[in-house]
Amino acid sequence: MGFRKTCLRKLLAAALLVGVLFMMGGCGGNEEEKASSSNEEKEYSGNLQVNGSTTVAPIAQAWAEEFMKKYPESKIVVTGTGSGDGIAALINGTADIAMASREMKEEEKKQFKGEKPKEFFIGTDALSVIVHPKNPIKSLTLEQLKDIYTGKITNWKELGGNDAEIIVYSRDSSSGTYEFFKEFVLEGEEYTPDARRAPSNSAVVQSVAQEENAIGYIGLSFLNENVKGLALSINGKELVEPSFETAASGKYPLVRKLYMYTVGDPEGLAKAFLEFGLSKDGQEIVKKVGYIPAVE
Amino acid sequence: MGTKEVIITVESIKPKFFEKLIQNILKLTAGTTILVLFLIFFFLLKEGYGIFSYVSLRDFILGTQWLPETTPPKFGALPLIKGSLYVTVGATLIAVPIGISVAVFLAEAAPPMLREVLKAVIELLAGIPSVVYGFLGLTILAPFIKELFNLSSALCAFTASIVLALMSLPTIVSISEDVLTTVPKEYREASLALGATKWETTLKIVIPAARTGLIAAAMLGIGRAIGETMAVLMVAGNAVMLPHSFFDPVRTITANIAAEMGETVHGGLHYQALFGLGIVLFVITFIINFLTNILAADKLGMKRGRYL
Repeated sequence: MGFRKTCLRKLLAAALLVGVLFMMGGCGGNEEEKASSSNEEKEYSGNLQVNGSTTVAPIAQAWAEEFMKKYPESKIVVTGTGSGDGIAALINGTADIAMASREMKEEEKKQFKGEKPKEFFIGTDALSVIVHPKNPIKSLTLEQLKDIYTGKITNWKELGGNDAEIIVYSRDSSSGTYEFFKEFVLEGEEYTPDARRAPSNSAVVQSVAQEENAIGYIGLSFLNENVKGLALSINGKELVEPSFETAASGKYPLVRKLYMYTVGDPEGLAKAFLEFGLSKDGQEIVKKVGYIPAVE
Repeated sequence: MGTKEVIITVESIKPKFFEKLIQNILKLTAGTTILVLFLIFFFLLKEGYGIFSYVSLRDFILGTQWLPETTPPKFGALPLIKGSLYVTVGATLIAVPIGISVAVFLAEAAPPMLREVLKAVIELLAGIPSVVYGFLGLTILAPFIKELFNLSSALCAFTASIVLALMSLPTIVSISEDVLTTVPKEYREASLALGATKWETTLKIVIPAARTGLIAAAMLGIGRAIGETMAVLMVAGNAVMLPHSFFDPVRTITANIAAEMGETVHGGLHYQALFGLGIVLFVITFIINFLTNILAADKLGMKRGRYL
């Protein structure tokens, strides 16, 4: 009896689950079809794994889309999880190209057993410091920014804002943005342990958009109307708003170079992909997705 | 059991051979399970022991700074261990009383039809992927809690506890209900015959009789909570700091392993440190299981609890 009952129950549960799955499948079906149709043809052994920085990922993704339109037999998979991840994947042999929003560290270079890594400078990105749109603060100096992120300033009041605790958003330690910010803004000092670690640029935007007292840093291309980008000044010089013009002209202080790495000289598909990226068309795409091209 | 019937229907030699075969297959399966467990533990130790020549076990467990990217890197796992404990204890405090109450209602008070429907729905809850729980926690629960407690950020141990409690409820309810229904009918009848009310019978006879099974159910729920990764990663706030209250952001052991594993190089120091964390987690769950066994080892437990 009992057995039959549990059986019946399980069946009922399974039926419900299947029903729900169907409903969800109905919603997401189209995209999946699209994805599989673009991945279908692969006679030519064109399979390229591009892994690394979430900042560089939009560029690589846009390149990959154009590239696969040109060469429909090729298949390029772009995964954005963090610069450290990409470099580790390159060392471990699970990626063909690593994307990084910082230069490769000496210790990382040492870990390549065989051929040494080769570096490609693909564009420049500006870093934008963001707060909630309702926050009265409009600008910060780099020194103030450092004090916030090292935990010396913990209340907006100290900066002339509301009397509220600052919620500090940082990135995961695998992020190149995390490393760049630490080197450039914190001058090598440690982040405050109170800093919350977000897994991606968009996660920072989302969190800051929801919390009035939050502060975070993101790649400029991720800046949208839900958050406010702060103007920055360095060494008491004039305030500069974050934008492409100010970043390209070198006025905006928080800019860093973006790279791709391969093991040894790239061959075959990797070579073709990088050549496309650094061509005029590829660099035009860099501009279009919101970065500053490496080659004018 | 039932051998006799088999002998009548099948020729006399076959059943013995057949039974032996089945027996051996079952032995092999059971043996494999144990072997796999040992292999997992062996692998964890092999990959993780190296870290303890870099930091002492004491500094690893009691150190308060987890900075894998600085030079020299620091591996103090206390913030992560405490984070895991905060979230798990919170989830337990919420899920166990609710879960057992629901199970008591289902087993003792609910009309049969309602019970079937509710059990099916609760078991369905167990089938929802954890990332979906995390997503709902992030977009629906967190803003609500932020309003309710007037917090500047709702991504904290408390929110994570609620999400985890929701996730471990199906386990607790489902097992508790099974345990309660196995309490012999005679117990209830005897109690009712002596003039006890239904409520008194439930509270003083049925629940004590099922005690060990209920403890096992709670422990399995806790096990589910402490091992959960994805949902916690999304709602716990992810600050690697020593939490002082339930409204502080925390990072759990599992979330930290998941977030940092990708950036490690096989065999590197950071990689070993993450496996070291795996060992710590393994030991914690081992202790929980061990306690369950002790708590469930009285006479009734021998009858029922150990089958769970």
